[in-house]
Amino acid sequence: MSIIGDVFLIIGAVFCFLGALGLLRMPDVYNRIQAGTKAVTLGSLSLLIGVGLHHPDWWAKLLIVGIFILLTNPIGSSSLARAFQHAGVIAWKKERSES
Amino acid sequence: MTLNLVNVVVVALLSAAAVLALVRMWIGPYTPDRIVATDTLAVIATAAIVVCAMLFDSPFYLDVALLYGVLAFVGVVALARVIEAKQS
Repeated sequence: MSIIGDVFLIIGAVFCFLGALGLLRMPDVYNRIQAGTKAVTLGSLSLLIGVGLHHPDWWAKLLIVGIFILLTNPIGSSSLARAFQHAGVIAWKKERSES
Repeated sequence: MTLNLVNVVVVALLSAAAVLALVRMWIGPYTPDRIVATDTLAVIATAAIVVCAMLFDSPFYLDVALLYGVLAFVGVVALARVIEAKQS
């Protein structure tokens, strides 16, 4: 049980790190929303599962925190993206080289 | 509190993720980039507080994590409303 919890903790931390790396490397604000929301949501849920496997008597609060992250994080980033689109932020296009 | 290798790796990766989000917040060319970096940093911080609850072996940090998540979500939605209202 403890080893499975360690595996979930490592996976969650790696996904959080990759989400932040995508936030740094993506070329556009919409791509950054995508990277920063999906990967970090999955990583946070995996971290919560790992902590819950280490401390099984905390499952109620961890479930509440997990459901809250799963509900609010996509809603927040979706409303941010809609606000950016209404405010006229132009999406990035890959420029074609004529060679 | 004794840290084994897994705890050290997890804390190091979460710290690196927070630093990368802070770098995006620092160099972000426009305001939307900084807002997105703030959103991501809030979720990373929520996960890091839950990890702190495991490391310090105290379940009160879970309440802190839940409250931090609620406040960050309200802040992000308010910022989106402000951006949307300012344009129209």
